[in-house]
Amino acid sequence: MSNADPPDILTIRGVTKRFAVGDGEVEALAPVDLTIPRSEFVCMIGASGCGKSTLLRIIAGFEEPTTGEVSIYGKVVNGPGSDRGMVFQDYALFPWMTVRQNISFGPRQRQLPREEIERTTDEFIRMVGLERFADRYPNQLSGGMKQRVAIARVLANNANILLMDEPFGALDALTREQLQHELLQIWKRTGVTTIFVTHSVEEAVLLADRVLVMSAGPGRIDSDFRIELARPRDVSSPEFNALRRDIARRLTSHLTLARA
Amino acid sequence: MNDHATTISEREERSIAAARSVNRRRNRQRLEKLRAFALGAGFPILLILIWDRAVAITGTRLIPSPYQVAVMMYDFSFGGVYDDAFSGTILIHVWKSVQRVYGGFFLAALIGIPLGLLIGRIKLLRQLLDPTISLLRPIPVTAWLPLSMIFFGLGPNAAIFLVFLGAFYPILLNTMFGVRSIDPRLFEAASMLGCSGTGMFRQIVLPASLPAIFSGLRIAHGFAWILIVVGEMTGVPTGLGSVVMDGRTLSRTDLVITGMIVIGACGFITDRIIVAISNRLLSWSPQHRE
Repeated sequence: MSNADPPDILTIRGVTKRFAVGDGEVEALAPVDLTIPRSEFVCMIGASGCGKSTLLRIIAGFEEPTTGEVSIYGKVVNGPGSDRGMVFQDYALFPWMTVRQNISFGPRQRQLPREEIERTTDEFIRMVGLERFADRYPNQLSGGMKQRVAIARVLANNANILLMDEPFGALDALTREQLQHELLQIWKRTGVTTIFVTHSVEEAVLLADRVLVMSAGPGRIDSDFRIELARPRDVSSPEFNALRRDIARRLTSHLTLARA
Repeated sequence: MNDHATTISEREERSIAAARSVNRRRNRQRLEKLRAFALGAGFPILLILIWDRAVAITGTRLIPSPYQVAVMMYDFSFGGVYDDAFSGTILIHVWKSVQRVYGGFFLAALIGIPLGLLIGRIKLLRQLLDPTISLLRPIPVTAWLPLSMIFFGLGPNAAIFLVFLGAFYPILLNTMFGVRSIDPRLFEAASMLGCSGTGMFRQIVLPASLPAIFSGLRIAHGFAWILIVVGEMTGVPTGLGSVVMDGRTLSRTDLVITGMIVIGACGFITDRIIVAISNRLLSWSPQHRE
């Protein structure tokens, strides 16, 4: 093992998931094996029903795998924990708390000294550029601002792994582009390991070190692309488009297969 | 130089225009408020006029005219007209009723809110208690009157018990409903941020169901004032309910109507207070503002 390689933060071994549907069962995930090194930015992409969100929720600890296990630095996950933070598509901010209270929620649970809570909260409010909106309630914010709060809320809690479930899916194109850019900045600054579920091939190639293409029936990881392009990435470059085409082809091959 | 001057004057003009539009909006809002008040107050005045005419035209002696009721109201409040047992006693009766209404109401809230939070959140409790609650709820509060008199004897406690019963179910059911309709993602978000156990109740379950709790409190508060008349039928000498019942026994309809109006006014004013508190606590949730 060379010293240059960062240690694996996340190990998934033989994880499967079955859901009861009526009298029968549906196999949502075939055995999935995956290791993710620290600070890697991984995108999971696939058609609806390929189990990508289920896998993310299992990593988060919101759902238990039927078999197999997920471990963080060798420690098996059982239930949600503050080492992993989820950013939901529909934000899931606490509507009765201001931006500041939402972001300080995690630190407050750990009962840190008040100055430290304030310092951390201020730092992350600044990181997502919401200083002027710190005392607003979520319903007074735009979708992009809400998602910034959700990201800051997770990071302020010292999460090592940022789990994002189609976080920018509900945003307009301009806001999405801006948030993608900001997310990359934050990732670079904090080195937080990020697992990002998306529908968009372009988004995956733009953001990730590594794109996992998933296929349905039952859900499994079909292929694992490394994206070696230097950042910031130029979406109009031939290399970018070549990768985008390759990944899109892998994706659609399953769609036609599934239909046949 | 010239350019510079133009921008300044343009900016000034723009700010003056902005101030004007703010003023116009403020005026429009003030007018709108006045209109709402005139409409809201105008309708009861119209009803009183119809009542007055109806009494005059039919010449009935069973229903007093608005004027007679107003005289009774004056005597009830300040005395000096009839000088009987009811003259100038309004504060005593209001105070007694307020004690009973809020005794029952706060007791109902004190038990109903925590119980509703627990039943809404804990499946075992729901399975244990939900059928019983569904069975007891349709029983009219008035049907409890004989039993409550056996339990609590003749006196204010029976009245408090009836008010409690009437206020309890709306508070309990709305709280349960509020908890059941919390977005499950909020629990997931809270638990991933390190919140659990009683912290979850205090920081997530209670505030998230507060809008539903407040609508339950408001309904319950209305019932509490409704039930005070029934509650004070249990043979208490004072209270607005007993005034109405005494008026009935003495065939003094002006006294009955006076008691009714005072009950209505008390309920109205206290309801406004609850709305004000709920607007303050729920300012984060514009759909629950009035």
